[in-house]
Amino acid sequence: MFSSFCPPVADVLLFLPSCCRCSPLSALLLLMLSSFCPPVAAPASLFCLCPPAASHPSLIFHCPAAALKYTDKHEWVRVEDGVGTVGISKFAQEALGDVVYCGLPDVGTKLSQSDEFGALESVKAASELYSPLTGEVTEVNNALSDNPGLVNKSCYKDGWLIKMTISVPEELDALMDEAAYERYIRSIED
Amino acid sequence: MLGRVVLSGRCGFWSRGPSAAARLRLPGHPGRSSSTEASLKQTPLHDFHRSQGGKMVEFAGWSMPVQYRDSHITSHLHTRHHCSIFDVSHMLQTKVYGKDRVKFMESLVVGDIAELKDNQGTLSLFTNTKGGIMDDLIVTKTDQGYLYVVSNAGCADKDSAHMQARLREFKAAGHDVDLEYLEESLIALQGPSMARVLQEGVGDDLSKLTFMTSVLTPVFGIPGCRVTRCGYTGEDGVEISVPRDSVVALTERLLANDEVKLAGLGSRDSLRLEAGLCLYGNDIDETTTPVEAALVWTIGKRRRQVRDFPGADIIIPQIKAKTQRKRVGLISNGPPIRQHTPILSPEGRVIGEVTSGCPSPCLKQNVAMGYVETSFSKAGTPVQVEVRKKMVPAVVSKMPFVPTNYYTGH
Repeated sequence: MFSSFCPPVADVLLFLPSCCRCSPLSALLLLMLSSFCPPVAAPASLFCLCPPAASHPSLIFHCPAAALKYTDKHEWVRVEDGVGTVGISKFAQEALGDVVYCGLPDVGTKLSQSDEFGALESVKAASELYSPLTGEVTEVNNALSDNPGLVNKSCYKDGWLIKMTISVPEELDALMDEAAYERYIRSIED
Repeated sequence: MLGRVVLSGRCGFWSRGPSAAARLRLPGHPGRSSSTEASLKQTPLHDFHRSQGGKMVEFAGWSMPVQYRDSHITSHLHTRHHCSIFDVSHMLQTKVYGKDRVKFMESLVVGDIAELKDNQGTLSLFTNTKGGIMDDLIVTKTDQGYLYVVSNAGCADKDSAHMQARLREFKAAGHDVDLEYLEESLIALQGPSMARVLQEGVGDDLSKLTFMTSVLTPVFGIPGCRVTRCGYTGEDGVEISVPRDSVVALTERLLANDEVKLAGLGSRDSLRLEAGLCLYGNDIDETTTPVEAALVWTIGKRRRQVRDFPGADIIIPQIKAKTQRKRVGLISNGPPIRQHTPILSPEGRVIGEVTSGCPSPCLKQNVAMGYVETSFSKAGTPVQVEVRKKMVPAVVSKMPFVPTNYYTGH
């Protein structure tokens, strides 16, 4: 179970440059931490520019320049250059199990916030996907049709689901940031 | 995303209505509080399951493991290539004693019980007076003066009341019959390496214990065990009835062999579906007759002549006359087919409904069971299924979907 919390070191490296003001020593410590499983909660000082590290292991390993925002249905959205990339969180992919099929919308589909835009299927479970924002689908991750397991293996990176325009940027303000999402997970995990 | 976990297992818990599926406690669903979980029944392996990383869910009033640390697919494939232990202690085990035990049993089930050889068992069906199936079960005619019966956990109350009522009638008529509900635990060890693993702990030569035969034997030094070569996965396997005080020790001893892993209800369901085995409550229930359910083979040759089981006057004529609908297998690609999915003709007319379905870890296609109008029931017939408002092509298929490996001694 713990091994699923240790992303490949390469993922960590991807995020390091965004912590560009972290000292080389901090970066080295971060690399060392990432290669041990199970992960330990890292002191907040390692993450100079990053959101405060919570104790949930997944937080330690991504510190993106564009922060993730989360819905209460466990989708995340990352905005870069006015485009939102959408995926599901580590918590969600773990609960779902091995994804065997991704049902995703066509490019051009117009979505309102909370619209159902697709579904992910594992052997036992089917989970609908709900749009975190209002906008239009500009890209769909076609790699998932041959390799649906990417959603489990790399839910924040290679397992992205759709990209969309952002018609109502204010909607982002109401979504949870990482810390709030971590608190939300803890509150329902009782 | 919301999670709807469609759980199943060898239990008659599920009604035909909206899936009364147990839910993994995914956010957005209230799930069960820990106080409710404490009121669920627990097998003697309950704490052991948790210590091994078992994710416990509610099932037929029991707290049972749906999976452990391995993913569902890993666990499923491990069973097909090595072997797995399933805790099935929640199922009802009954002994039927007395001179008239066979007559008693035959008054409830459709099979030729008298013709069974010593220590041979068979899958059979309790039927009701309307010809519907009350439960499916395994009856073994032991050489110890009793019949050994294993039936579904979800039908335990119904089945025991049914047997008890018939017992009262038989006793009132002066017959010699008695029932005993067993306290023993039951674990299934299923997979191609089962015999190799189990032989280390059993004195009898397992190559002589063929499919659907049973023997009393110590297992790894534990006395009072019954080993029956049967199961619910399609693989070679056994079910071991073991004194409840020793089931943890037996499970630990089996797990000491690298070949063996624990498996939960999740993979139990995908394995049985690949093997074309019915799940009571989904694929068969009180509204399906054995003929509609394509289980005519369970009806004994002699019983067809004598018509002396409940509902026989409705069921026997159906064998010749055929029925309006029939249970079939379906194979498709694309989005998985689940219970309650409508089945349509190529022209778009509704011709049936799916009763069980899942993505097949072995085939990497979707497999399902459902009922269709009999004219569409031939293997190879193209149909459609409606998944999330879209039409998906499917093909009627023979079952099992994955070849079975029952040990016949050859």
